Amino acid sequence: MLTLSVGLTQYMVLSAILFGIGLFGVLSKKNAIAVLICIELMLNAVNINLLAFNKFVTPTQFIGQIFAIFVITVAAAEVGVGLAIIIAIYRNKLSVNLDEFDWLKW
Amino acid sequence: MVDFAMQHAWLVPLLPALAFVVIVFLTKPWQKLSALVAVAGIVGAFVFAALAAYGVFTHPEFTEGSLVYGVRWLSMPGLHINVGIMLDPTSAMMIFMVSLVSSLIFIYATGYMKGDPGFSVFFSYVSLFAASMLLLVLSSNLLEMFVGWELVGLCSYLLIGFYTHKISAREAAKKAFVTCRIADFGLLLGMLSLQIVFGTLDLPELAQKIAHFHQYTSAGVLTLIAVLVFLGPIGKSGQFPLHVWLPDAMEGPTPVSALIHAATMVVAGVYLVGRMLFLFSEIPSAMELVAITGAFTALFAATIAITQREIKRILAYSTVSQLGYMMLALGVGSLSASMFHMWTHAFFKALMFMGAGSVLTALHHKADVWEMGGLVKKMPITAWTFVVGGLAIAGIPPFAGFWSKDEILATALNSHHYVLFAMGAFTAFLTAFYMWRLIFLAFFGEENPANHPVESPWNMTVPLIILAALATVGGWVGTPWDNVWSQWIFFGEVEHAAPNYGVMIGSVILALAGIYLAYQLYYVDREKVKAKALAERYHGIYTLLFNKYYIDEIYLWFNHAIVDGSAKLFYLFDIYVVDGIIVNGLGAFTRLSGEGLRITETGRLQNYALVFFLGVLIIAVALAFSSPSAAGLLLGGVK
Repeated sequence: MLTLSVGLTQYMVLSAILFGIGLFGVLSKKNAIAVLICIELMLNAVNINLLAFNKFVTPTQFIGQIFAIFVITVAAAEVGVGLAIIIAIYRNKLSVNLDEFDWLKW
Repeated sequence: MVDFAMQHAWLVPLLPALAFVVIVFLTKPWQKLSALVAVAGIVGAFVFAALAAYGVFTHPEFTEGSLVYGVRWLSMPGLHINVGIMLDPTSAMMIFMVSLVSSLIFIYATGYMKGDPGFSVFFSYVSLFAASMLLLVLSSNLLEMFVGWELVGLCSYLLIGFYTHKISAREAAKKAFVTCRIADFGLLLGMLSLQIVFGTLDLPELAQKIAHFHQYTSAGVLTLIAVLVFLGPIGKSGQFPLHVWLPDAMEGPTPVSALIHAATMVVAGVYLVGRMLFLFSEIPSAMELVAITGAFTALFAATIAITQREIKRILAYSTVSQLGYMMLALGVGSLSASMFHMWTHAFFKALMFMGAGSVLTALHHKADVWEMGGLVKKMPITAWTFVVGGLAIAGIPPFAGFWSKDEILATALNSHHYVLFAMGAFTAFLTAFYMWRLIFLAFFGEENPANHPVESPWNMTVPLIILAALATVGGWVGTPWDNVWSQWIFFGEVEHAAPNYGVMIGSVILALAGIYLAYQLYYVDREKVKAKALAERYHGIYTLLFNKYYIDEIYLWFNHAIVDGSAKLFYLFDIYVVDGIIVNGLGAFTRLSGEGLRITETGRLQNYALVFFLGVLIIAVALAFSSPSAAGLLLGGVK
């Protein structure tokens, strides 16, 4: 019988993989929408971390869970703002290609 | 009244100082009133000075100690400065002499300066000048003395450059001021050292402490202090090598030259050394330095005076020479002889300068003695008083200069300074020669038809007559047979030198020889053929003397080569190192690094994010390597 024991390490590895995928996406995607989605991935990696620590380190308290809910809330707001910015840019440029968005340049 | 004057001797400098203030702020628009205020101030000072001097010289206890009173000027932990009055025979004689000669010069100046647009200003300056000198003389504290000393320097600057429209006058004023400043710096350092070592600048206290200086410092330090202090008098009293300003000081109005040369300025240096003799006498080498400087200056200036052509320049070099005598007397330890010569010199030098001023007024400021001649017929008073001055300075008995010069020579001989004695004796011969050269050329011989001299008005001739009388009888207080002078004014022990007939006869012979030589060359020989032939024959020496040993040129060269050269070096350092490397380098570095860093700003968010990420990574790795606990936390997670 194959026993699968899922411990803190496994959660953290999963979280790290998810964070890495998100980071890679953020750094490499051309599409602004895709970048936003990848940010969500990174945030959720953090959420997994928070919940795993909550479960294994302080099971009697709910600090980690509360933090995760906070992160979800903030992420929702952030996506709202981010999408609004992208739409505004799209109206100007008729594009969501990040390579064309270099207005912060000197 | 006498007691009042002695107890309130501060009134002596105060009265001319008040005259200065009154003229500057009130009476400046009214010329005659200004002159009256100035004369009233100085004559008032003279009256008080005479009363105070009378008081001092009728109380024999003053030979033992001096009357000192004053107030505390400033006080802080470790530093207490008093200002006060120190009345003793020396200072009593000085205030009497200074205020007397100044009074006569002021009266003379009312005639000489007539019609000058700066008439009132002139009288305010000379009042301040006299006040500063009187303050200097009466000071009981070295710092107080220094204030007077610097005020004298300031007034000489203002008065030498009085004719501001003349470039030469402005240059001479600057020269006098700068030269004296260089010297004063030494004096200031010396005073600071005295304050540091002995903790006081009060003259009586300093005298006591320096008498036991081994408790405070070593002989080496005291020697250094003495040399530093002596630097001040070298500048102020025109000793070699800082004498250069004094001959140029004749650029000012002639009464100023008389004041500077006779009463108020140059004797300050001699007086300071006399006052500080308790310091110098502790250090034999310092005394030698004073004596040698004096003797050398006396001879050096006398040789220059032989060849000069301008009447006031000859007199100026003779002042330098006579000051050398006074320094020589101090150096061989005789305050008495030095002050005596200062006393007689004040009379005959003021007399001769004012006589020269009288001549210059009559000849419309044509100063070359070779272009004068025969003035005795048109200006008898000026000429004959000048002759009295000439006899006095040459050292012909019974005129004043004979007694004082004789005393200096005798003292030098008695203290076994044979070389210095010989220099002094030879200078006496030269003095008689150049002074009588001047007299024969200017006042006797044939009249120059280009000149139309007239005798000066009474307010110029009366002071001349009074001074001529003083130059005649002024030395009788110090004859070797009954030397009243040295019983009052002395340093250490009263000097009881027997009359030295050898020195007396010798110096008279030397003086007569000088006069005879001048008579032969410049009077008998109407065409001056011999004199010109001599100048031709010794052309090299003549040129050297005529150009005053090129001392001015040497200073000029020094300025050009050393001062300007090093300034150029510093200029280049400033341009290339300070400006080039530091200032511009910093700017260029900032600009270039900005240019370089600009390229990294791509404006793309993802690049920035990558940099964030790499930064975090680097910090994490660095932490992991630097501290094991951080490494455990980062890599091992939670245990």
